[in-house]
Amino acid sequence: MPRTLLAFAIGFGAALAAGWGAFPRVLYQKKVQPIEFRHKTHAAKSGTSACGDCHALRDDGGFGGIPATASCAGCHGEPMGATKAEAALVNDYVKPHRETPWLVYARQPANVRFSHAIHTRLAGLKCAECHGAQGETDAVKPYEVNRISGYSRDIWGRSMSRLRRAPHEGMKMTDCEDCHRKRGVEAGCLGCHQ
Amino acid sequence: MKKRRYGMVIDLDRCTGCGACSVACAAENNVPPAAPRATERTGITPLRVQPVSNGASGPARREVFIPLMCMQCGEHTPCVSVCPQQAVEVDSATGIVTQMPQRCLGCRYCMTACPYHARYFNWWDPEWPAGMEKTLNPGVATRMRGVVEKCNLCHSRLHAAEDKAAAANQREVNPADYVPACVEACPTGAILFGDLADETSAVARAARAPQAFRLLEKLGTEPKVYYRSNRPWVRALAEPRTVPAKEVQRG
Repeated sequence: MPRTLLAFAIGFGAALAAGWGAFPRVLYQKKVQPIEFRHKTHAAKSGTSACGDCHALRDDGGFGGIPATASCAGCHGEPMGATKAEAALVNDYVKPHRETPWLVYARQPANVRFSHAIHTRLAGLKCAECHGAQGETDAVKPYEVNRISGYSRDIWGRSMSRLRRAPHEGMKMTDCEDCHRKRGVEAGCLGCHQ
Repeated sequence: MKKRRYGMVIDLDRCTGCGACSVACAAENNVPPAAPRATERTGITPLRVQPVSNGASGPARREVFIPLMCMQCGEHTPCVSVCPQQAVEVDSATGIVTQMPQRCLGCRYCMTACPYHARYFNWWDPEWPAGMEKTLNPGVATRMRGVVEKCNLCHSRLHAAEDKAAAANQREVNPADYVPACVEACPTGAILFGDLADETSAVARAARAPQAFRLLEKLGTEPKVYYRSNRPWVRALAEPRTVPAKEVQRG
C-alpha cells in the first residue's frame, strides 16, 4: 500500500510541477522591448517622479499612454552617450520620426473600456496601485506574451496560482471586480465594456 | 452621479428618409458593410429607416419615414427577461438597455422577444474592404459571428463624455458632450436627445407634448424612444390594428 501511495505522490508532484512550472514556460513567450529604457535614470535626470509628466492625461479625458517619439527628441535629438540603446533610439526612431513599437504590458482586449481619468481623478487611485512601482525600476522587464490568447502576462499576473499575489499584480476582470466590490462601486456591464 | 434616463424624441414630420442616421450609426458602431449573402432579414441595421404609407393610392397617398432602433424599454424589458446569459441589462444609472455581445451565446431569444425587431444577429464574421478597417472606432469592439447586437445609444460616446468630465474632476457629464451619432448626423434636426429624467430638458418637454407617442405603448414596456407628428394617421401607426388588443396587453 505505501508503494501505491508513493507512486501517487510522485505522480501528483510531477503533474503539479508540470502545471505550475513547465507549462508557464511553454505558454509564455518572452520578447524584449525595442529600446532599453530606464525609468529611474529619466526620473533622476528630469527631476520628476510624477508619472503624469510623461504618461499624461489629455484634457478630453483620453490617456496618452507611452509618450511619442517627439517627446524623446527634446533630449535625444543626438545620441547622449555611446551605448547601443542610445544609438538605436536616435537612428531608428528619433531621426526618421518613427514611433517606437513598445510592447504594452497592460494592454487589454478590445472590448474592455478602462478610463484612466475616472480611476485617477475621481477615484484618486495612484498609478502604482495597478501598475506597480514602475517609476522606480532600473530597466524595463521583458514582455511576455501568452501564445494562446495573445495577451500580456501582466493580465493574469506572475503567479500561475494567483494566490498570495501583490495587489497590483493581475489585471483580469475578476481583479477589477474585486476592487469595485471592495469600494462599493457599481458600473454595469457597459461601464467597463465597449 | 445622478440617475439619468437617456431617451429621444424623433420628429417624423421632419424626417426626410435620407438615411444619414443609419450610415452614421454603422460608422460609429463598427457595423461592417453587408456580407455578400446578407438579405434584408440577415443584414445588420441597428438603426433603419422604415417607409410606411397610409395605404391610400393616388393623390390621397401619404408616406412617412420611421427611424427604428432599440426603443430602450424601461419596464418588463423583453430582451432582458429572456436572456439566459445576462448579456443585456437595463443600466441603473443611465436607463440604457445595454447589450454586451461578448457575453451573448447566440440563442436569439431576445430577437424573438423584442417587439420592435431592433436586434440583429451576426450571421458572418465582420469583414471590411482593405483599408477601411483603419477607420474603425477604437471605442467600440467589433462583434464576431454568432452573437446578437443592437443600438446601445452610442455608449462609446457616453464613455468619452464621462472621461472628459473626469479629467476636469467632474462626476456629471456635460449634456453637450454626449450626443449619439444618429442625432448628430440628422440634417433636419429631427432627433432630440437628452435626459428624460430631467423634467426641464428639451427632450422631456417634447416627450410630454400631445403630439408625442411611442410604438406599441400598450405593451407596457415604457420605451424611452418617443416619436412625434402633427398628422393623426401617423400617430395611429403606433398601435397595429391587426392584432386584438387583449392578446398583447399585459394582464
